Amino acid sequence: MKTDVVVIGGGPSGMSAALKASEQGAKVLLVDVESRLGGILNQCIHNGFGLKHFKEELTGPEYANRLANEVYKDKNIEVKLNSYVNYIDKNKVFVLTEKGQEIIECSSIILSAGARERTSGEIYLKGKRLAGVYTAGTAQKMVNFYGKLPGKKIVILGSGDIGLIMARRMTLEGAEVKLVLEIMGHSSGLRRNIRQCIEDFNIPLLFNHTITKVVGDERVCGVYYAEVDENKKPKLETEKYIDCDCVLLSVGLIPENTLLPKQTLREKFVVVDDERQTSVDGIFICGNVLHIHDLADNATEEGEIAGKFAGLYALNKLKKYVKVIINFSNKISYCMPKLVNKKTEGKFTIYMRANNNFIKKFITVKSGDNIIAKKFCVGITTGEMQEIEVEYSKVNGDLYVDIEG
Amino acid sequence: METICICCPIGCRLKVEKIDGEIVVTGNSCPRGKDYGISEFTFPKRVLTTSLVFPNVTYTLKTTTALPKERVKEALKEIKKIGYKECNIGDVLIKNIINSDADVVVTGKIENA
Ligand SMILES: Cc1cc2nc3c(=O)[nH]c(=O)nc-3n(C[C@H](O)[C@H](O)[C@H](O)COP(=O)(O)OP(=O)(O)OC[C@H]3O[C@@H](n4cnc5c(N)ncnc54)[C@H](O)[C@@H]3O)c2cc1C
Ligand code: SF4
Repeated sequence: MKTDVVVIGGGPSGMSAALKASEQGAKVLLVDVESRLGGILNQCIHNGFGLKHFKEELTGPEYANRLANEVYKDKNIEVKLNSYVNYIDKNKVFVLTEKGQEIIECSSIILSAGARERTSGEIYLKGKRLAGVYTAGTAQKMVNFYGKLPGKKIVILGSGDIGLIMARRMTLEGAEVKLVLEIMGHSSGLRRNIRQCIEDFNIPLLFNHTITKVVGDERVCGVYYAEVDENKKPKLETEKYIDCDCVLLSVGLIPENTLLPKQTLREKFVVVDDERQTSVDGIFICGNVLHIHDLADNATEEGEIAGKFAGLYALNKLKKYVKVIINFSNKISYCMPKLVNKKTEGKFTIYMRANNNFIKKFITVKSGDNIIAKKFCVGITTGEMQEIEVEYSKVNGDLYVDIEG
Repeated sequence: METICICCPIGCRLKVEKIDGEIVVTGNSCPRGKDYGISEFTFPKRVLTTSLVFPNVTYTLKTTTALPKERVKEALKEIKKIGYKECNIGDVLIKNIINSDADVVVTGKIENA
């Protein structure tokens, strides 16, 4: 089979990418391993999605359905479900379907395969491998799709959004969420989730705390936990024990980008330009597989960028420019993208995550000694992505992003 | 009172005060934040989302508007009493749940989950 653009992953970023690529006039194939479009949104049954993109507050499944309906209406997009992409080459995508392997030839590829949850092995959780230890996302699926509670007395490690959302859901379903432990001094989740999911139910949330050991025979029967010092090492004199039959891990998502060719330039994240093209010509990337988006709306926005330019690339309409680098101060943990095409017209957006919480500060973007963009922010938190628009015409050499004032 | 607007994921920090008998909200970035600040001050409300699991299908549900915070559990009990019905996305399952102005609607449908 032959097409212009193959999109791998039908979550919000992939669906939006497919729609935009088609809008350029490209023929698109959208592939997903699941039996429905929507990605992680299908299991996020809570509300709070879509305010930015649809100007309306939606639940995850509603957001997914809106985009899926647009995709199915688009005659340029073919959707291939229950199909797993296991290898990509420059112009070829290898897909495993029920019928066997199929090779799809294309001009450009968009990787929008999302992220997976970090597991107990990856955070060196001490103790035997016991039943009753789940990632928060697995628990979310169990409760929302199958109506099964993962436990009755629950300790949650990590204050990521999935864990917070699950704390509320399980409390309402009759479980007792005994503790939420966060190793950092602040939450990695959205402020509104702390408020609505934890404070509303008087669930204790301890910062600078972690689990030191999970105990039990076959199933979890309790955990030891302790405060940590500034190097995140547990202070053993503060160790305490609490009974529980379930531990949920909400300790972050990891972009799953192993599909990209070996030679793809990677630093902390895959290196992309403002068009979301990787260092391999014709391969684009967007959504949680590039960096973690706390808002589906932002994943959609990024998908639209990748889709537009992957579409133009496939139609041989993508121009080449000199690229500059975006550098940033130590108040910022990362900026996206890393590279910018030096165009003369229009605007692009720099997305960034701060290293710390700041109140009433400016985000500034400098090109040489000139401030070319400046934005006032009432509150900047580590849990929330910030963004600032920059005009291409003002870019004159490498950029430097900072938080000041 | 200081609180966080939960109407959208931006989560503006709001300050709600009673000045000369009038409730004044600051810190909001849009009008929804003002409404939320006032209601959180006078009468806190929450949207309820949940799912109903049947042998061959799972429906995900939401209330169309927020319920009084302390009555969320009562509403959930009401929802759990619903027996199997063939439904589609957007269908209303319960009108005016617990005599509020909120309806319970289907937001998603997962067959053979
Ligand atoms: C619990 C939770 C709560 C959230 N709450 C909010 C919220 O309140 N508001 C908000 O706006 N956002 C929220 N988000 C964030 C938002 O859901 C994500 O940012 C967004 O869904 C990411 O989209 P994506 O398209 O990058 O990835 P995903 O949605 O993960 O989609 C990736 C897709 O790729 C497919 N795939 C992966 N690998 C392959 C392969 N090799 N072959 C074929 N297909 C493949 C997967 O099956 C999946 O369908 C939440 C996220 C979570 C997890
Ligand atoms: S005030 Fe408006 S922008 Fe701010 S959190 Fe509330 S709804 Fe969102």
